[in-house]
Amino acid sequence: MGDHHHGPAKGLSRWLFTTNHKDIGTMYLWFSFAMFILGGTFAMIIRAELFQPGLQLVEPAFFNQMTTLHGLVMVFGAIMPSFVGLANWLIPMMIGAPDMALPRMNNWSFWILPPTFLLLASTLFMEGGAPAAGWTFYAPLSTTYAGPSVTFFIFCIHVLGLSSIMGSINIIATVMNMRAPGMTYMKMPLFVWTWLITAFLLVAVMPVLAGCVTMMLMDVHFGTSFFSAAGGGDPVLFQHVFWFFGHPEVYIIILPAFGVVSQIIPAFSRKPLFGYDSMVYATASIAFLSFIVWAHHMYTVGMPVAGELFFMYATMLIAVPTGVKVFNWVTTMWRGSLSFETPMLFSIGFLVLFTIGGFTGLMLSIAPSDFQYHDTYFVVAHFHYVMVAGAVFSMSAAIYFWLPKWCGRMYNETMGKTHFWISFVGFNLAFFPQHFVGLAGMPRRIPDYALQFADFNMLSSIGAFIYGLSQILFLYNVIATIVAGKPVSDPKVWDGAEGLEWTIPTPAPYHTFETPPKIDPAHAHS
Amino acid sequence: MCFEAKRLLKLALGPVLMLTSAVALAYGPEVNQVNMAPGATDVGEQIYDLHMLIFWICTIIGLGVFGVMFYSIIYHRKSKGAVASHFHESTKVEIAWTVVPFLILIGMAVPATSTLLEVYDNDDAELDILVTGYQWKWKYEYISEDGENVTFFSNLRTPQSEIRNTQPKGEHYLLEVDEPLVIPVNTKVRFLITANDVIHSWWVPELAVKRDAIPGFINEAWTRVTTEGVYRGQCAELCGKDHGFMPIVVNVVSSEAYGQWLGDKQVEAAAIRELMAQTFTLDQLMERGEGVYARACLACHGANGEGGVGKAIAGSPIATGDVGPHLEIGINGVPGSAMQAFGGQLNDVDMAAVITYQRNAFGNNMGDMIQPIDVYNHKKG
Ligand code: HEC
Ligand code: HEM
Ligand SMILES: [Cu+2]
Ligand SMILES: [Cu+2]
Repeated sequence: MGDHHHGPAKGLSRWLFTTNHKDIGTMYLWFSFAMFILGGTFAMIIRAELFQPGLQLVEPAFFNQMTTLHGLVMVFGAIMPSFVGLANWLIPMMIGAPDMALPRMNNWSFWILPPTFLLLASTLFMEGGAPAAGWTFYAPLSTTYAGPSVTFFIFCIHVLGLSSIMGSINIIATVMNMRAPGMTYMKMPLFVWTWLITAFLLVAVMPVLAGCVTMMLMDVHFGTSFFSAAGGGDPVLFQHVFWFFGHPEVYIIILPAFGVVSQIIPAFSRKPLFGYDSMVYATASIAFLSFIVWAHHMYTVGMPVAGELFFMYATMLIAVPTGVKVFNWVTTMWRGSLSFETPMLFSIGFLVLFTIGGFTGLMLSIAPSDFQYHDTYFVVAHFHYVMVAGAVFSMSAAIYFWLPKWCGRMYNETMGKTHFWISFVGFNLAFFPQHFVGLAGMPRRIPDYALQFADFNMLSSIGAFIYGLSQILFLYNVIATIVAGKPVSDPKVWDGAEGLEWTIPTPAPYHTFETPPKIDPAHAHS
Repeated sequence: MCFEAKRLLKLALGPVLMLTSAVALAYGPEVNQVNMAPGATDVGEQIYDLHMLIFWICTIIGLGVFGVMFYSIIYHRKSKGAVASHFHESTKVEIAWTVVPFLILIGMAVPATSTLLEVYDNDDAELDILVTGYQWKWKYEYISEDGENVTFFSNLRTPQSEIRNTQPKGEHYLLEVDEPLVIPVNTKVRFLITANDVIHSWWVPELAVKRDAIPGFINEAWTRVTTEGVYRGQCAELCGKDHGFMPIVVNVVSSEAYGQWLGDKQVEAAAIRELMAQTFTLDQLMERGEGVYARACLACHGANGEGGVGKAIAGSPIATGDVGPHLEIGINGVPGSAMQAFGGQLNDVDMAAVITYQRNAFGNNMGDMIQPIDVYNHKKG
């Protein structure tokens, strides 16, 4: 440790003015957890209303506000910032850099988030209520037919985009410029690789989303007709623009999760990651393909058949690199020496459930079949298998894996495993039956449903409540660890862990790698 | 007057009701159904086969992957003394598991392509129906070269009391309408699908048709149903508050029954047009108005005009005030409230009758009447 350096400032100003990647990472993580709880509360309201047929708790208009805010808060408030937090904490420590390349911008990209979500949540109390056109906010429901809060919503999206772009530029600059000598690209841990690619995706598509909401703004306030046929525009244009952002967005969410499990599975298999190179190439091909498949969300809008075929073939193709990844993880476990601490449990949970989500994705990619699946609960099941069991499970795994490194204290393993098993059971109970009701014909985004769907919906709600409650256990475990966990001082924490972040002392000091570490050339990536 | 309307209705629906109850089954989701329904069309069956094919492919791959994984989990555990080996790549294996899935996908793409081409083959339809999505109901218009175009709206029939849990829910809760679409069996029917306000999506699972209804554009879809019966579906694209409450019901009947039904509907349409030109007495209007009220307004305004979801009509300043504003609300609704614009749903005779009824029932003794021509003039502005 360089002794000329001070520790953190005291009090609130430490957090307000900090440029330290660890502080900022911590703030991102806590913020995203708060959003996870908020978005989760909305989900509980949705599932409570759907517990039985008939309207019991909320009015249909409010129900739509709940589904919309739930989606927006989870995607933009919980999942994305959580991985940015992880990137802040880990990327410098993994590539042997002292901090992020653009620390002041880093501070700003975090601090514009909380006011934005406050504003978004406050639309609930505005006249006409919060936005209610779904997280995909299709025009003209979200323009001509929207309440006044849509303007605030557009502003929020702009700021979120700004934050994401700044965060991504920072990550790109850091990875490209601040690697320790000897840390070549093909030696970088996979988490760094996946984030680097994700950051490029973000920089490419967030401006498209910004363009999309700007066109909405013009239609709402300045008399244009981008999305209105009456004025020469086209409502379908909205969907093309939105999904040109939207499909890469789903990979923005999942690629860092791929990175996380690619670190954790080898650690608890005590065996290097199988097929590192192909992992990198697979990630890059997924990223590339994600730009040319967007219209698979629009099979029913009435595209010409040639377009339909193109998007079907391209989408099917994504299954190939995705499959490569799954095979690599499984082969990493093969003939390893496995142990099942909480991070590994969550990673295996990820592997199993994400694979199921990938299979349903493949089913959805078949355009003629998708006519029957589209906009039903089958799609809802699909994307919760990839986003919750994918992104959120991997995030839980990451917290259990690196928390001891960050704070020098070990979490309670029994509680961690309990959290996993309750989450796993609750999740599957909540979302597996949704495949059934979707196939049987239940559309998504409805506050009430036919009696035939009642039993599975009740099961689903029970599962959702179980999953929701299990997160309280998680919160408790994390706080208990930080406050009073059993101290650990071994730099490695886990015997199988590999990588630069495990060479620094535990708990990780406020400043790390002020002098670049020596990279052992024989020792490839983690 | 009311008697006449009822008779016309019975006449129109008689054969359909008889047929459907006698021969045909009611389709729609089954209780706790877990899989896609093969449906009642050839295309639907092909789609179902594709669905099952890809499902089994995924299942087999899944069993393989999870089998290997669980084998490691069971036999390669540290607690059992497993020692980790250190292999970390194998070009051969990696090429294999890139190429094999690719080949499987090609195998999938072939049948998927041919089914898709069939779905898109809208030519040579024997019957064209224009389907228009409204917030929150469907309008059907039978386009015929000879004779009258038949047009009607199809609304949710489930009463608010069932939705609000004050009355037990019926068998077809939320999947029932006041007037179903009727089409002939074994006939290629083409749907021209559009919308009036926001995007909706017309979906009947067993007809294997789901197509977005987009304002300003017309989409095409087709079906040829091979089994008579009653098929149920719902709007599949979020379209605002009552998106969950705009079901679709399709009666598929024999060609004869269809011909008869259509003929009756055309007679009915002609009769209504004739009525439009007439002048009615207060009693006639009241009689007809009572029926229309019960059908279209009662759910929200109450059997005695006492109100509910809608405001009270008894003693309402609108219903006891000038005619103009009252007609205006009846025809154009109250934007931003549950009070929809009924101008496009009720014909001018019915509108005149129901407004007259509201002004003279429930103790609102205004004594005035509205004639169809007044409604017509109001609509023209
Ligand atoms: C889905 C529920 C619903 C139905 C069906 C309905 N209304 Fe209404 N109606 C309302 C609501 C809600 C209001 C109050 C609107 C407001 O002013 O906010 C209303 C208000 C009115 C008013 C004005 C009352 C006043 O005192 O302001 C009239 C007149 C009226 N409706 C006529 C009709 C007629 C005629 C029909 C049938 C053809 C009908 N309504 C069917 C919900 C309904
Ligand atoms: C094998 C890979 C995948 C394929 C082939 C695939 C395919 C599809 C298809 C075709 C749809 C559209 C379904 C419809 O609306 O009818 C869809 C929806 C969706 N997918 Fe995937 N998917 C894959 C992986 C993922 C991943 C990794 C994520 C995110 C982590 C994801 C998130 C979503 C979301 C959020 C939706 C629904 C969006 C909405 O309408 O609200 N998918 N997927
Ligand atoms: Cu997609
Ligand atoms: Cu709808």
